[in-house]
Amino acid sequence: MSLVTELLAGNRRALARIISQVEDDGPEAHALLAELHPHTGRSHVIGVTGAPGTGKSTLVNALAKTYRSQGQTVGIIAVDPTSPFSGGALLGDRVRMRDLAGDPGVFIRSMATRGSLGGLARATADVILVLDAAGFDRILVETVGVGQAEVEIASAAHTTIVVEAPGLGDEVQAIKAGVLEIADLFAVNKADREGADRAVLALQMMQGLAPAPAGHHGTGRQAGHAAPGAQADGAWLPPITKTIAVRGEGVAALHDWVEQHAAYLRETGQLARREATRAATALNHILRERLIAALFAGLTNGELDRAISAIARRELDPYTAADHLLQAEKPGFPGIVRRP
Amino acid sequence: MTDRKIRVLVAKPGLDGHDRGAKVVARALRDAGMEVIYTGIRQTPEMIAEAALQEDVDVVGLSILSGAHMALCPRIVELLRSQGMDDVVVLVGGIIPDDDVAPLKNLGVKGVFGPGTSTRDIVEFIRQSVG
Repeated sequence: MSLVTELLAGNRRALARIISQVEDDGPEAHALLAELHPHTGRSHVIGVTGAPGTGKSTLVNALAKTYRSQGQTVGIIAVDPTSPFSGGALLGDRVRMRDLAGDPGVFIRSMATRGSLGGLARATADVILVLDAAGFDRILVETVGVGQAEVEIASAAHTTIVVEAPGLGDEVQAIKAGVLEIADLFAVNKADREGADRAVLALQMMQGLAPAPAGHHGTGRQAGHAAPGAQADGAWLPPITKTIAVRGEGVAALHDWVEQHAAYLRETGQLARREATRAATALNHILRERLIAALFAGLTNGELDRAISAIARRELDPYTAADHLLQAEKPGFPGIVRRP
Repeated sequence: MTDRKIRVLVAKPGLDGHDRGAKVVARALRDAGMEVIYTGIRQTPEMIAEAALQEDVDVVGLSILSGAHMALCPRIVELLRSQGMDDVVVLVGGIIPDDDVAPLKNLGVKGVFGPGTSTRDIVEFIRQSVG
């Protein structure tokens, strides 16, 4: 039996081994993904992101338990950073997910970023596809602890939860660009701590500053006035939920919002748009990787080094050098600049 | 463009809660360029075998200070084998009396590392054991 057949039959060892192939970009990875692709597209993918120490792992654990109590199966991908110095990684998210041990309806896989900087690993989107093909109803993807600009999860997930915790920043932090803009839902976790209400208020104020949805001039939202969730005009106002994940408090409400958002995506046609974005992102990555590889393969020995030293000696600027490298006749690199 | 890393599960089976040693080893393996999945204390053999399967690790490192190694290690080796993970390298560290080392190795434990072991030796042992 092939690995894919075994995976589709529910063999967890096969699932784990396919994930490794995909993660390592092994010799069979592309063929395996091609074979799995027709079986994907059924899972709802939920991203969980936020600063280090906000409680993402604990929240993922609690959300997974909620889904399991309703009989839905859950795949979990937990991403932690790779050391830029040693190339090693300490993947510790399972420590907070021990409640899920022994449950055949849950599969947890830890991933190291291996040099990627967007909050996910290069192969995370592909591992999502593998879990999707394996039939998990929901896939929870926990990013590395992020700063302000690691927003890759938004193009990999259907629903993105941004987790905040009290005391991490003031209102000015909340109106900065980046991570906060990708939230479909906010969770203010550790809500039993001092400052939780202030954190909620800061997020609400940020939302009050958001511009009115297109086509509705003069009816901009005012802080505290619009109910969160799906709006009459088809927009989505991210709800803010207080949670205490270690005790499971607020998690049912957060879960309900995830499901409402999933329904909203389906009903408004946004789901198809997000799927297109995911497809575009995936294709974009692959094309870039392959074009770069083909370009380098087509360069003769030393061509690149000569260009680099010419730039360093100020004989050539990098743009002109790139033009030269791309315009040279490259047998393995047909036609990207030789347009008619 | 294969990007193969050695993946190691570091786990503490049984009831003692002293995980300093496990954390030191986990960190040393990380610094040696390995991907270490750390699962924390009080893990049952079933939890460890399941995590090893899901994470598709090359090595399972067990830290046991409670004296229960003769009960825990064979069970974990047996569970790994029953799920087709015969090739996984099982290592034990902690307080293991000399008399128990040979029996443990007979049961399928590849390496036993007592107090005072240099982390460099563990790194080297893993590199040699994982092809």
